[in-house]
Amino acid sequence: MPRLLLSPAVITLLIWMVVPLALTIYFSSIFYNLMQPDSTGFAGWMNYEFMITNPAFSDAIINTLVLLASTVAITVIGGLAIALLINETFPGRGIVRLLLISPFFVMPTVNALLWKHMMMNPIYGVLAQVWTFFGLTPINWLQDLPLFSVIIMISWQWLPFACLILMTSLQSMDREQLEAAEMDGANYWQKFRYMYLPHLARPISVVIMIEVIFLLSVFAEIFTTTNGGPGTQSTNLAYLIFNEALQAFDIGVASAGAVFAIILANIVAIFLIRIIGKNLEK
Amino acid sequence: MSTKKSKWTPALIARTAAAWGIALLLFFPLIFMGFTAFKTELQAIAVPSLWAFEPTLENFHVVNERSDYVQFAWNSVVTSVVSTVLGLLIAAPAAYSMAFSPTKGTNGLLLWMLSTKFMPAVGALLPIYVIFQQLGLLDTKTALVIIFTMMNLPIMVWMLYTYFKDIPHEILEAARMDGASVWQEFRHVLLPLGIGGLASTGLLCLVLAWNEAFWALNLGAADAGTLATMMVSYSSPEGLFWAKLSAASLMAIAPIVVIGWFSQKQLVQGLTFGAVK
Repeated sequence: MPRLLLSPAVITLLIWMVVPLALTIYFSSIFYNLMQPDSTGFAGWMNYEFMITNPAFSDAIINTLVLLASTVAITVIGGLAIALLINETFPGRGIVRLLLISPFFVMPTVNALLWKHMMMNPIYGVLAQVWTFFGLTPINWLQDLPLFSVIIMISWQWLPFACLILMTSLQSMDREQLEAAEMDGANYWQKFRYMYLPHLARPISVVIMIEVIFLLSVFAEIFTTTNGGPGTQSTNLAYLIFNEALQAFDIGVASAGAVFAIILANIVAIFLIRIIGKNLEK
Repeated sequence: MSTKKSKWTPALIARTAAAWGIALLLFFPLIFMGFTAFKTELQAIAVPSLWAFEPTLENFHVVNERSDYVQFAWNSVVTSVVSTVLGLLIAAPAAYSMAFSPTKGTNGLLLWMLSTKFMPAVGALLPIYVIFQQLGLLDTKTALVIIFTMMNLPIMVWMLYTYFKDIPHEILEAARMDGASVWQEFRHVLLPLGIGGLASTGLLCLVLAWNEAFWALNLGAADAGTLATMMVSYSSPEGLFWAKLSAASLMAIAPIVVIGWFSQKQLVQGLTFGAVK
């Protein structure tokens, strides 16, 4: 009976995992270019060599990691600050929560267009107006700071996520312990350092890991705004693979890139699964 | 400690102001978008931005005609609802089995399911694209339903598992003692107790499917495009277009942001696979 109930989920997930993985590895080892149907056969490491020696590849890896590290830093630190701020009650806390979480529910393409045009347009955009108000020269965001612009968009989306998770975790803290610490004259910094931070260590690591998994394959925001440019300045690994496959039609080389992306994601996943696995034991 | 009525101490005033300030700042782009949707194109790009104007519904009509909003919205509704229902049908029995008759392998199985979530989408894109091309499924709603279901299945199993685990086993045992069949047990005990969990799992997955952009952009173009795809046609400027862009955006996100507000608590459980409660 349990097997019968489990099997639909297990079988479909197994297919979903094994088939694409096996095919990606297979494609990466053969010549497979939609524009050159004549060249076929085993390619050995050729596709990997081609991918690695492509100067865009190292740019893409660096951009992927920069995007990841900055977004995680911004969202975790910002989310922590906001979560601590609204942990205690104040008038309108419920509404503030709803406002704060909203950007997370905005689809990536709308997020990207909203920022690209209405916020970051160098002439009419809101940011340009703010810059002008302070007597500064407006920035041409997507031209001059393409990667940073994408980081802003993605942080706007993920800050609410980090904030919500940390907020939820703070709610489960032992009130009496905190009050006891206050009685004993602990100041805010001491409470933060010795009570909040240890309590938040695990949720923070979970937030980081989840974000890493999602941020490794950021795509729509780049696709709708910068198209990876100018040059390769905002090309990440996901976009590079897409470009190689659906613009250059080279499935073989793109698959080699995909294998790198899978390896990168798995390194991260191992850590996350450890953390969550520990939780299961309890 | 017992004085629940808060007095306006300086600290409270500062906290209230800071919290509202930050919340409004983060929400501001959406407010701006909401206002722009009701402006004329000329008003939309006025510098400094207009905040008082006579609202017009013109943009919504234009968007509706120009990009066939109803078609895209229908695709979004169909793909997200069908994938959610299908996912629940597959996930619920599995979660039920793992929660009520756990075996030695259950934890391992749960972790393995979680691990499938970490196959990056780009890693699977090419095989899926090629397979769907062979099957003639490119640019069909069926393709997106399959993808969205698989994408959310691990999250569904995990969420339902954590909900089902909280249902006291004694109740089920009592029902069995009284001679309830599996179906009766499901219908009269499990369903009423688990309906909250099913609903919130469904809501979260609805949001995730609705907002999915990677697969929607790569697999659905003309016929099966969802609202996430429709928005791309607004990415290149065609004359003055901010007001129309805003109207289209508003129509694309409004339903799901509202659903998101209702499922925000579940989001924590679902997306962290129960690691944060």
